Amino acid sequence: MSRLRNRLQRTPVGLLIVIGFFVIGLIGPWIAPYDPLAIDLLHEYEPPSSRHLLGTGDNGIDILSALLHGARLAAIVGLIVVGMSVVVGTALGTWAGYFGRMTDHVVTGVADLVQAFPAIVLNIAVLALVARPGLIHLIVALAINGWVLYARLARAETLTLREREFVQAARALGVPTREVIRRHVIPNLTGPLVIQATTGLGVVILAESTLSFLGLGPGKAVSWGALLDQGTSVLLRFPHVALFSGGAIALTVLGFNLTGDWLRDRLDPRLR
Amino acid sequence: MSPGLLRYLAGRLLRALLTVVGLVTLVFLLVRLIPGDPVEAILGDQAGPEEKAELRRALDLDKPVPDQYVSFLGDLADGSMGTSFRQPDRSVWSMMDAVLPHTIVLALAALLVAWAVAVPLGTVAAARARQGWDKVASTLAVAGLAIPNIWLGPLLILAFGVKLRWLPLPGDDLAGPESLILPAFTVGTALAAVLTRQTRAAMIEVLSQPYITAARARGVPSYRLLLRHALRNALLPVMTIGAAQLGALLSGTVVTEKIFERPGLGTLFLDAFFARDIPVVQGCVLVIALIYVGVNLLVDLTYGIVDPRVRLS
Repeated sequence: MSRLRNRLQRTPVGLLIVIGFFVIGLIGPWIAPYDPLAIDLLHEYEPPSSRHLLGTGDNGIDILSALLHGARLAAIVGLIVVGMSVVVGTALGTWAGYFGRMTDHVVTGVADLVQAFPAIVLNIAVLALVARPGLIHLIVALAINGWVLYARLARAETLTLREREFVQAARALGVPTREVIRRHVIPNLTGPLVIQATTGLGVVILAESTLSFLGLGPGKAVSWGALLDQGTSVLLRFPHVALFSGGAIALTVLGFNLTGDWLRDRLDPRLR
Repeated sequence: MSPGLLRYLAGRLLRALLTVVGLVTLVFLLVRLIPGDPVEAILGDQAGPEEKAELRRALDLDKPVPDQYVSFLGDLADGSMGTSFRQPDRSVWSMMDAVLPHTIVLALAALLVAWAVAVPLGTVAAARARQGWDKVASTLAVAGLAIPNIWLGPLLILAFGVKLRWLPLPGDDLAGPESLILPAFTVGTALAAVLTRQTRAAMIEVLSQPYITAARARGVPSYRLLLRHALRNALLPVMTIGAAQLGALLSGTVVTEKIFERPGLGTLFLDAFFARDIPVVQGCVLVIALIYVGVNLLVDLTYGIVDPRVRLS
């Protein structure tokens, strides 16, 4: 009994949330009881019932189904944006950190500039230039400031790695620079990058929800943020729509934050 | 002023100036470099060629890019920041000037909320590290960081506006200061969470210093030790973190103005977005970014004056 309790206490809640989120993102649309866009005007804004476990929303859509579909959108946007940001950011950061001088000045300068804009404001400004923002535009807009964090991290780590003995030894042995970076620098960046990317996924999912909430999301797709927007406009009469859709966003962000903290404690020996 | 301080101030000012030049250029280039035609984005794909050509002329988009840049700088220099597409008789600046005070008041109120919550909570948490209050504070901080302001706003409205009826609902008249309370908490909660964590960490660090032990040995009462000896030193790094979070704060005002139906820079920005009023979008982006750079500069300069160690780095 005490062993079971011990184990439960050590299971990170955040990780369970994150795994649950990705599983739902994968199978959500298949287990959804209704089509999330199915219109049923007779049953608009009904509170939770046995037919609609989380009630219905605008035009009578089933909220549970909309949330299950929305998880897939959030997961896709999160994974693609963070994936692109990690690849581009790591490449630029490593490059800047390893070669220094002009490269470093340019990369750091651009990173500073991008960070001088509040994230959402820059995203909106980019989306404003497209006639009909779709999923691709949303992803590009989010990636435009997404890479900066990873570039800074990779640069800082590379600066110290470059002076370490094993890198110096590889260079002295005449290993080509590309090989030094590929085999000796990048593998040592993995830990910090994984930690950053975990928290980063939560940030991107929140940003996607916020943009959709503001009405800038991809047109027809079902998004948690768009659902929350509908819920907010009928908040005073039908609070359940905003409660469930916002709760889904908050729980997911919490999961990624907790998992990020947990990974940091485990992977970063300097914090022990 | 010592030469070291002067060098620090001059260097920091120069960097800020370079950032501003970069920002202006970036905002200018954003419209020109992003694939896709802004004219098409404004008019939609139904518009005829003459209509497009006319708008292109009105926007100066038919001129060479360097000429466009010069006229863009000219609009900035005369303070108008160009004219709105939707209301051709109004300059972009006059539109922003009308709503800017609302946003500044909201941002300041949110800052007040964040600091007023974070400093006492972080201090108590550090003074009682790993005990009851510390756990309460860190739980609140985790929750505050995870709860998105797009959800917090509606939750606060439901709790304090609908259920308890203590505070006005969105759309009620904006006259009283009580209508500012919920928006301020909506924007300020995330910052409060960040600052609580930072205050706690900085206080724990300071409290382990020998001079604190020395003061304690001299019999300095503990409240005095915390407030006068520790907190004053701990707050400086927290200030820098606070300034770095300003971007999030400004993003928060955009969202919160929408939730609470308040006029402000964010509402103007979103309206301009949906109308594809590019000059106003540019103006808002630039002003928000300049506020951000300006405040960071101010914090850095103050920091440099107050703490001599900063000037060396």
